[in-house]
Amino acid sequence: MKIGIVKEQYPREQRVALTPDSIPKLQKMGFDVLIEANAGALASFSDLAYEEVGATVVSSAKSVFHDADVIVKVRAPDESELDLHREGQYLMSFLWPAQNPELLEKLANSGVNAISMDAIPRISRAQKLDALSSMANVAGYRAVVESASHFGRFFGGQITAAGRVPPAKIMIIGAGVAGLSAIGAATSLGAIVRAFDTRPEVKEQVESMGAEFLDLDFEEEGSGTGGYAKVMSKEFIEAEMKLFSEQAREVDIIITTALIPGRPAPELITEEMVRSMKPGSVIVDLAAEQGGNCALTQPDQVVIENGVSIIGYTDFPSRLPAQSSQLYASNIVNFIDDLCPENDGTLVLDMNDDVIRGATVTLDGEIKWPPPPVEVSAAPVQKLDASTDVDEAKAPPKKKFRLAPYAFILALASILGVGVFAPPSFLAHFTVFVLAIFVGWHVIWNVTPALHTPLMSVTNAISGIIIVGALLEIGAVNPWVKIFAAVSILIASINIFGGFFITRKMLKMFQK
Amino acid sequence: MFDGFINSLYIIASIFFILSLGGLSHQESAVRGNVFGILGMILAVGGTIAAKSLDSIGIVIGMMAVGGVIGILVTMRVRMTAMPQLVAILHSLVGLAAVLVGFANFIEPLTEFEGTEKLVHEIEIFVGVFIGAITFTGSVAAFGKLQGLISSSPLMLPLRHWLNLAIVIFCVWLGAEFLTADSLVSGTNFLLIMTLLAFILGLHLVLAIGGADMPVVISMLNSYSGWAAAATGFMLANDLLILVGALVGSSGAILSYIMCRAMNRHFVSVIMGGFGTTSKSSASGESGGEISEIFPDETASLLNSSKSIVIVPGYGMAVAHAQHPVAELTRRLRDKGITVRFAIHPVAGRMPGHMNVLLAEAKVPYDIVMEMDEINEDMPDTDAILVIGANDIVNPSAQEDDDGPIAGMPVIEVWKAKNTIVLKRSMASGYAGVDNPLFYKENNRMLFGDAKDSIDKLVALVE
Repeated sequence: MKIGIVKEQYPREQRVALTPDSIPKLQKMGFDVLIEANAGALASFSDLAYEEVGATVVSSAKSVFHDADVIVKVRAPDESELDLHREGQYLMSFLWPAQNPELLEKLANSGVNAISMDAIPRISRAQKLDALSSMANVAGYRAVVESASHFGRFFGGQITAAGRVPPAKIMIIGAGVAGLSAIGAATSLGAIVRAFDTRPEVKEQVESMGAEFLDLDFEEEGSGTGGYAKVMSKEFIEAEMKLFSEQAREVDIIITTALIPGRPAPELITEEMVRSMKPGSVIVDLAAEQGGNCALTQPDQVVIENGVSIIGYTDFPSRLPAQSSQLYASNIVNFIDDLCPENDGTLVLDMNDDVIRGATVTLDGEIKWPPPPVEVSAAPVQKLDASTDVDEAKAPPKKKFRLAPYAFILALASILGVGVFAPPSFLAHFTVFVLAIFVGWHVIWNVTPALHTPLMSVTNAISGIIIVGALLEIGAVNPWVKIFAAVSILIASINIFGGFFITRKMLKMFQK
Repeated sequence: MFDGFINSLYIIASIFFILSLGGLSHQESAVRGNVFGILGMILAVGGTIAAKSLDSIGIVIGMMAVGGVIGILVTMRVRMTAMPQLVAILHSLVGLAAVLVGFANFIEPLTEFEGTEKLVHEIEIFVGVFIGAITFTGSVAAFGKLQGLISSSPLMLPLRHWLNLAIVIFCVWLGAEFLTADSLVSGTNFLLIMTLLAFILGLHLVLAIGGADMPVVISMLNSYSGWAAAATGFMLANDLLILVGALVGSSGAILSYIMCRAMNRHFVSVIMGGFGTTSKSSASGESGGEISEIFPDETASLLNSSKSIVIVPGYGMAVAHAQHPVAELTRRLRDKGITVRFAIHPVAGRMPGHMNVLLAEAKVPYDIVMEMDEINEDMPDTDAILVIGANDIVNPSAQEDDDGPIAGMPVIEVWKAKNTIVLKRSMASGYAGVDNPLFYKENNRMLFGDAKDSIDKLVALVE
């Protein structure tokens, strides 16, 4: 099959769907690659670079649509591109099926099998396909860079001969992929970063990135399905807003990334909060496309209000075109790898595969959106684990409970039996024996596994106590007995000296 | 009076021995525990010499000096990777000593017994020699396997269980004949034949057990050597020997139990051998999919960009002698502020605690060396996991495949981490012969090559 790449038509879109270094991988799977001239130019990938890896550069989008069996794109096709699609052609792109029902209808009518890169279910198996995460990662990074270019100071604190420079304080709202990426970028520039999220389980992730997690004194679980956030209660939002207005007065930069799937972005930064910020502060609103987290956000614009710059770009990934194209291309290649199990250059849309089913929005003239729900996110899996644990815990005791009492009764009976038949001199020793077993049992149970080897070598040395037996026999008259005893003393000494010595040697090595 | 004094010495020695074992249960008190053991031994041996063998003092001191020098020289030279062999061969010495003392005591008992007491005494001798003989050859076989002198794959004789049973039954019959023998010579002959049979039994028992079950075998032989000492104590009517033997015997038994539990297997099935023979056929049917290879430079950059790393060492690390480069890698990563911890599976290696000793030798601080249960729940928050020469202990099919040969065995859940890198020589399956689905997981990469070479390269790249 032929895979075709066209130049993106969307205004200011600089990304390209496949990069030159992704093309050999597709060729290995048996695909040929066509590319429209200048498709990668804005992302710094020249036609020459594509030609060098064996892609065919053609002059117009029209011939790409004509010759290719699979079209890969970044943005959804516009009207002119829709007209060029052929029946039975595959399309891989961001399509936003929930927001674009007419687009789906058109794709279905023209018989295009469309795969929406934004509709891939969020399960761990599909992480390498997750183009949304890749783009969010780029957006988070770019948001910090963008804020830095509007912020008139250093991010990192410095003490110089010319005086002290305080570090910038940044609040990041929403610790999803974009938020975490922003935290990483901001901390590595030296800023003091605080982050807030309604999902308490991301606290550790935030802290692991070197930011402080802003705790809310309020009990409510904010995790929805699929690892996304959900809408919170009114009381929760009030507490949250109070926290934000306190922080707004203190921080220099706010980056908001709060989105709830399928809803307008929640308004978290009010006009009043913006006014309370220091002049020169910056707000970067990554949710601008969905209405913005800040009341004053204007999509695709930088608004300066009371000395505070509010950045509302909606194309952050496109502003880092080489990086986002490269990540998007690997997502596409990984997906094609899944769609092409035989490595024979043909796509197979297996509707029993949850991931492929979820991403396929039109197939053979039918609209396949929305897909049946897939159980996702880590929580249910954990539950599953817990239940198997319970089963495991239940099973072995059953076995033991059947056996243990009999064994115990048998042991008691044999002790009694010994008592009845054995001579009294034996019984005295037997007492010592049984009690010593129990002492050993109790002493050893607490041993930390790390010390098992030293424990073994020390018990080994101690079992050299058999030398006492040899010492008792050494005074014998019979020469054979004497020899036996002498040899025993020799080898038991090897044990005693060797065992204690090696234990000492080992224990010396254990150190904090 | 003097006997009473000796007995109290023995009691004090016993207390020291118990304190010694107790001390060994924690890092902080372990060194003290060893000192207690030495003190106990000095009291026990010194007291016995003073009381019973002053007239042969020359031989005693000579033998002890020779034995002591040999012991210290051997242990000074031994490499930490060879600890399992050393422990095995030391066990064999206890077994041999028990056999010799048993014979000596039969030929010339310390006191004359009559009636039931004589009968009991002879049973004690017989049992003591039997256990001692099994311990001796069993340990020698274990030593051979660990040292690589004999193949570590299990020896599968046809009808091997029946063979063992036949030997045991024959030994019981010999025992009956031995008890009723009327002369010293015929008694000695029966005892001798039984000893030879027990030698064969011990050898065969251990030969039938495969290399990866060695932690169980070693701790089991540790236990046997204790029981041999206890049996010797019975025959000599010496409470100190009985007590110490029982202590060692039960401690070895517990260790064996812990090891078996860590493999989710029954003690009996381990010591009867044969694990892995039935499983190979069932596992060969499915090969799990594609693996992704990784090279040292990518691995290094992954490690450099991680916040939290866990290293899972296995027997392969010991084989490759890679513990020092691993420790160096750990040091460098920790200097960069990355959290590095070790996850140790209870049966990793060939001896209980084997990995801990190797890491300690390479000066890895013990507080970053964690047990499987301590660290398993941290896996999802771990950025990268290095699996060095381990296979079955990180096999997800233990949890995912209910019918698999290692089903239910507790494993280190490395696949829950963000990335795993398996260092491996080739794609050969682990000891259990089970294919490892971990290798085919999407977040897993294979770093092929000798573990030491690979780690050395990583050390150079992590700066």
